[in-house]
Amino acid sequence: MKNKMNKTTKNNFITYGIVIVLFVVVQILSSTGNLSRLLTGLLVPLCVYVIAAVSLNLVVGFSGELSLGHAGFMCVGAYSSALFSHIAADAIPTIPRFILAILVGAAVAGVFGIIIGIPVLRLRGDYLAIVTLAFGEIIKNLINILYVGVDKNGLHVAASSAGIKLEAGGKQILKGALGISGTSTLYKDIKDYFFPIGVVLVLLTLFIVQNLVHSRSGRAIMSTRDNRIAAESVGINVTKYKLLAFTVSAALAGVAGVLYAHNLSMLKVSVFDYNMSILILVYVVLGGIGSLRGSMIAAIILYALPELLRGFSNYRMLIYAIVLIAMMLFNWAPAARNWRSRMMEKIRGGNKKKEAA
Amino acid sequence: MSFISYLKDGINLGSIYAIIALGYTMVYGIAKMLNFAHGDVIMVGAFVILTAITGAGMSPILAVLLSVVFCTVLGVVIEKVAYRPLRKASSNLAVLITAIGVSYLLQNVALLIFGADAKSFVTVINVPSLSLFGGELVIKGITIVTVLTCIVIMVALTLFVQKTKPGRAMQAVSEDRDAAQLMGVNVNATISLTFAIGSGLAAIAGLLLCSAYPTLTPYTGAMPGIKAFVAAVFGGIGSIPGAMVGGILLGIIEIFGKAYISSQVADAIVFAVLIIVLLVKPTGLFGKNIQEKV
Repeated sequence: MKNKMNKTTKNNFITYGIVIVLFVVVQILSSTGNLSRLLTGLLVPLCVYVIAAVSLNLVVGFSGELSLGHAGFMCVGAYSSALFSHIAADAIPTIPRFILAILVGAAVAGVFGIIIGIPVLRLRGDYLAIVTLAFGEIIKNLINILYVGVDKNGLHVAASSAGIKLEAGGKQILKGALGISGTSTLYKDIKDYFFPIGVVLVLLTLFIVQNLVHSRSGRAIMSTRDNRIAAESVGINVTKYKLLAFTVSAALAGVAGVLYAHNLSMLKVSVFDYNMSILILVYVVLGGIGSLRGSMIAAIILYALPELLRGFSNYRMLIYAIVLIAMMLFNWAPAARNWRSRMMEKIRGGNKKKEAA
Repeated sequence: MSFISYLKDGINLGSIYAIIALGYTMVYGIAKMLNFAHGDVIMVGAFVILTAITGAGMSPILAVLLSVVFCTVLGVVIEKVAYRPLRKASSNLAVLITAIGVSYLLQNVALLIFGADAKSFVTVINVPSLSLFGGELVIKGITIVTVLTCIVIMVALTLFVQKTKPGRAMQAVSEDRDAAQLMGVNVNATISLTFAIGSGLAAIAGLLLCSAYPTLTPYTGAMPGIKAFVAAVFGGIGSIPGAMVGGILLGIIEIFGKAYISSQVADAIVFAVLIIVLLVKPTGLFGKNIQEKV
């Protein structure tokens, strides 16, 4: 009986394995009290950024389009799910409500992905990048003036705090630039389990992206990246597959947004600016374009790095910047690559000589 | 008269965007990279002027000259250290991320030296206001200087690129880098020159920006940088008149959006106009339509 796993399946399981091992290590550390409060607080955001980076890699790495608006989709997911959680707070028990909130966030972000993707994907290269950045900023700006409240007549939506006429007993959920407060207190029963939930969501994201990439559709997506004209000429619907990648990526970013929003007691739109999109892009590029495991590891290291450098206080972001530039040069510069491969050969060559002796 | 007064503010802001966008567009046209750190060079330029005047007591003209020289050198050094090694990298995302790294670096160096508090910028440009229609319309001196500077730079750059030898070398490198090299154009020197000009312009933009909006923090350059980038794309990235028109239009749209619609959604309007323009004309207003060849 040949029961060997093929290479991709094996590779996928290594990635899942890394997540599970990291999770177990963190659990052991925290149960033995070796995890500081600061680090414990970082765990859920870490899952958020891993999900965001892995989902962005689907667009940047596999469909080959540079997107600078990923934070916009996170923002949509975060706000739609937080609104849902507040509105359904009394109607649905905690756990199904949280699951529904995740689905709502993913669905709304996915719909936005389609709406934005249809016009955006007509453009190429840097033009596409700047338009995704523009969409991200527009989403941020519009939510900034959005006011949502609920009373016994139903839902009220307005563009200013005066316009939202609520009846007595109604409550205002989204207060424009002040954002949504108290989302995490709605889930205080399961708040301690957000990290395990986050890890499950990370695994789910990896599962979805890895399976998509290795499917027929995934190969079609990669073919549009490698050679658009060749892909078109063999009958691949380029727009359809680019849109598929874009939408799935947006929906998963929405999931990251849901986790982000529900972990905070105060959700403000100003965090979802283009700097956040760029930060996620940095994880993707540094981890290796098209390598999901790389995105995950880069997100973990780079997210933790500024926090671990807190001892250096003012110098930490400076060190971060220098490390970033140095790593990019070391990883990507042709000269550095040649030097590295020469070094590798030397080491290997040395080993071979030893074996021969 | 409020319409004309908004228009005037819009042209002032737009001229600043145009100067910044020129830097973006030249670098993009010739080195084929988005220099995300360009906005931060503006901030550095403004800090140099501020320090030279308040700290070293230099005369304003000397301070501005110093700032232009400093930024020019900075631009060349950044290109040489951070971007040139990556020019032949397999992905052009690599150099984009490095540019982001440089942007963080400049911001944080400024943060360490000057702190995060907003500094108020000194008055460097002292030109009397112009009063028209019996005092009904007052044009500030800074507006006149900004618009004139913008026009002078635009004309000078166009002449430089079209008439001089280094300018034609730039065109050649932008057209086809390898072919230019084979024809004896020094590609490295040409790209360095482009960065030098772009960064020198950034210093002037820093002066004008901080004279019109006199607060200065380490993050001052970031948002105008992004907006100017939008302006460059709007006009067709790589095109000098495009950057100019894009910048001025963007400034006018932003000020009108703030005045007539809502100051909170002004940025959204700017970006929405960009999206509409790109959907109708995918390479911007003045962009070349390049046919794709197999």
